[in-house]
Amino acid sequence: MTKLNSKIPEGKLKDKWSNYKAHQNLVNPANKRKIDVIVVGTGLAGGAAAASLAELGFKVKNFCYQDSPRRAHSIAAQGGINAAKNYPNDGDTVYRLFYDTIKGGDYRARESNVYRLAEVSNSIIDQSVAQGVPFAREYGGLLDNRSFGGALVSRTFYARGQTGQQLLLGAYSGLSRQIGLGNVEMFNRTELMDIVVIDGKARGIVTRNLITGKIESHFGHAVVLATGGYGNVFFLSTNAMGSNGSAAWKAYKKGAFMSNPCFVQIHPTAIPQHGDFQSKLTLMSESLRNDGRIWVPRKKEDAVAIREGKKRPEDLPDEDRDFYLERRYPAFGNLVPRDVAARAAKERTDAGFGIENNPKKEGVYLDFKYAIKRLGRDAIEERYGNLFQMYEKITDDNPYKTPMKIFPAIHYSMGGIWVDYELQTTIPGLFAAGEANFSDHGANRLGASALMQGLADGYFVLPYTIQNYLAYEFDTPRMDPKTQKEFKKTEDEVKARIDKLMNIKGKQSVDSFHKRLGRVMWDKVGMARDGKGLQTAINEIKQIRKEFWQDLKIPGEKETLNVELEKANRVADFLELGELMARDALARKESCGGHFRTEYRSEEGEAKRNDAEYMYVAAWEYKGDNKEPALHKEPLQYEEIEVKTRNYKTA
Amino acid sequence: MASKNINLKLKVWRQENAKSKGQFENYDLKNISTDSSFLEMIDVLNEQLVGENKEPVAFDHDCREGICGMCSLFINGQAHGPDSLITTCQLHMRKFKDGETITIEPWRVGSFPVIKDLMVDRTAYEKIMQAGGFVSVNTGGIPDANAIPIPKPNADEAMDAAACIGCGACVATCKNSSAMLFVSAKVSQLALLPQGRVEASIRAKNMVAKMDELGFGNCSNTGACEMECPKGITLAHIARLNREFLCANVKD
Ligand SMILES: Cc1cc2nc3c(=O)[nH]c(=O)nc-3n(C[C@H](O)[C@H](O)[C@H](O)COP(=O)(O)OP(=O)(O)OC[C@H]3O[C@@H](n4cnc5c(N)ncnc54)[C@H](O)[C@@H]3O)c2cc1C
Ligand code: SF4
Ligand code: FES
Repeated sequence: MTKLNSKIPEGKLKDKWSNYKAHQNLVNPANKRKIDVIVVGTGLAGGAAAASLAELGFKVKNFCYQDSPRRAHSIAAQGGINAAKNYPNDGDTVYRLFYDTIKGGDYRARESNVYRLAEVSNSIIDQSVAQGVPFAREYGGLLDNRSFGGALVSRTFYARGQTGQQLLLGAYSGLSRQIGLGNVEMFNRTELMDIVVIDGKARGIVTRNLITGKIESHFGHAVVLATGGYGNVFFLSTNAMGSNGSAAWKAYKKGAFMSNPCFVQIHPTAIPQHGDFQSKLTLMSESLRNDGRIWVPRKKEDAVAIREGKKRPEDLPDEDRDFYLERRYPAFGNLVPRDVAARAAKERTDAGFGIENNPKKEGVYLDFKYAIKRLGRDAIEERYGNLFQMYEKITDDNPYKTPMKIFPAIHYSMGGIWVDYELQTTIPGLFAAGEANFSDHGANRLGASALMQGLADGYFVLPYTIQNYLAYEFDTPRMDPKTQKEFKKTEDEVKARIDKLMNIKGKQSVDSFHKRLGRVMWDKVGMARDGKGLQTAINEIKQIRKEFWQDLKIPGEKETLNVELEKANRVADFLELGELMARDALARKESCGGHFRTEYRSEEGEAKRNDAEYMYVAAWEYKGDNKEPALHKEPLQYEEIEVKTRNYKTA
Repeated sequence: MASKNINLKLKVWRQENAKSKGQFENYDLKNISTDSSFLEMIDVLNEQLVGENKEPVAFDHDCREGICGMCSLFINGQAHGPDSLITTCQLHMRKFKDGETITIEPWRVGSFPVIKDLMVDRTAYEKIMQAGGFVSVNTGGIPDANAIPIPKPNADEAMDAAACIGCGACVATCKNSSAMLFVSAKVSQLALLPQGRVEASIRAKNMVAKMDELGFGNCSNTGACEMECPKGITLAHIARLNREFLCANVKD
């Protein structure tokens, strides 16, 4: 079995990153010009990496499937970004941010990576301010902070309810500058179709131009995947319609390991589903839990009456409301981490207290009445105005007057491509950054930490670590994909798969398959899982996959803009990824973070970890179609942290 | 408001590619929930078309929550449809009546050529941003974020301007096809902040020059853009842009 080498530097935790930087190899300025780096993705991770690498002097080729790099899904992040600045003087430190992230991740993340993340967090805020990101400020002119789940300090910086947008536009401005200067060649509306590996090293990618349908190849001395998360395997999620797992899946099939694919985050506060036509779920930011109180009716008959429209929630007196998070978790109350909040909502609705009249009677309230009384309507409007507007447009309800309806939804993938300390995958020269890698969030991500990780990877980690690899690559001459045979072979494989999809000429649409897959995933690989269900899921997914390849219908031609073909390419990969997620969940016979196996829980119903047997990162190796993948294990060692049962009941 | 189902007649612009002529096609759509979004309604149409072995209508979209700026569309003659301060993806079918005919067209602007059906090419916006929509700082070596206090009203106003999503509705609505609202949003945001102040005039000059070069029209202050902007970007930013632009020319 291959041994996973996570390349954690020597020394004390707090010295590792400085030691690494002090001793790593760097590329000299004259040689940087001779090196091409491919960056796939223009979100926080990809956009920041592409801009920073170009500033250093590398020649960068940057790719995204949208019509502009500014539209990567990072744009949709609402609530905020963490950093250990301790501006509010409430006791924050780099160690505390590190500790909270490890604990929030239920002790399933790599200590050294997380410490580095906390260490560079402050520079991200400095960088963004310098770019003109208009963070919220106090009247004295200094930056304002808010609280997020899983923390006892206020360390979250924000720009209204549009933090992701502003941070991304910051990175995008840096990227635009480099494109203008000719240091980055930008490929919009271009989708990665495969990765080219030559003599064991990543040397480029094959893409499809989404407008012309043309298959093209691009050479790079190294390839960075910053392609975001795979939450859309569930069909309904808070991700953008085009978010996909395909780039990660291609990497997996070329030999990169896939880590902890079953660790997906279910966000407790999205707008509940309301119909079959629904195409996505809309998030209501976690920041709302700063000021909103979550409740369901205390009496079942009230829940029924509300669902039937016979009672209004605002008329229910306080004593008839069950503020179940405050009741169960007095220390953290409404600000418990996401997995805990999501499961508690499911527990109440499963018990019959749900308030929404959808098929499964799923929904709970998030109420601002108390905050409006305490702070006034204007203060609430200033903090959350755009979220309230968004909510009203979707639901036709006014959250200033009546409580918001919310329910958990698939939101984020903690799992992803396995990377070492340098963010390098098991394929030399292939790196993964941002949500696409698995590295920092363990089994559950804390709010406002994904933006931090994406920008940490892109601005401050990758531009260093990639040089330790490229230092040996500057004398590799640029290859011409038109004459190099491995490029040609990969292109042919890509074309063959497209032909295969186009030639099925069956009867069912891509979306119909995607929806079926999503239902299996949500019911059996979602918020609560068990061995039997997971086994059934694996069989059902195989069946859907088989039908997909026999009965898929794609109208139109391949060598032109063809949205159905784009979707088919992504769903074909989801149909394989979904199975691996179920396998991973089946193999992990414990509950931790977002992975809740109903067989493994405490008497109080909380997730029960099994540290003796499962304190490892699962890393799956592809062994061929129709062959069982191999499971590798990276043991996790905690030197600076005492591993405890997570407890949000007392501080 | 309780949801109900409505029937619709759609008049949709179909165009094979940038070079072909294009024409309206009519479609009947039944049983659309008033709770569904406008784009979900088009999803239903497209499923129907795929079922009939016809090519679905191509349109741009991604986040479906009003923030990525990918969606566009003229709906019954209005950019982003009849509701105010929202994008097409946030528009819901409760704004339409049973039996109504809805006309759906792409942005019609020379600088944003049609790619297919309802999709247009907004690369011109990218070029304007590349010409100056940034603060010239590299990654790293930056002073502490709190080193320079910024008055809250300035930060708030900068945020108002920064809310632009780059959708192109302002250009599409303007009778001169001017991109002034879009350009002013960036110029104004950065001019309001000390970090961006340093390059404020040169930025204005470079972005406006690029805008002219790309064939966008002049601003004659009709204000139509402001009415249709889904993010409430106001003409006040154009005024600030003009001041910066004037400054740049005085210095020259
Ligand atoms: C609604 C919502 C709200 C959120 N709010 C917060 C928050 O408040 N705080 C926080 O910390 N986190 C938040 N998150 C999480 C956070 O936004 C994401 O995890 C993070 O932005 C991901 O950044 P990224 O750069 O890794 O990927 P993305 O921003 O998703 O970018 C992916 C990029 O890859 C490209 N790409 C993907 N596949 C391909 C392909 N096959 N070929 C070519 N290009 C491809 C895309 O075009 C895009 O440019 C939120 C997420 C959502 C969905
Ligand atoms: S100014 Fe408004 S209408 Fe114009 S691109 Fe920006 S958001 Fe769209
Ligand atoms: S789809 Fe993103 S703004 Fe409409």
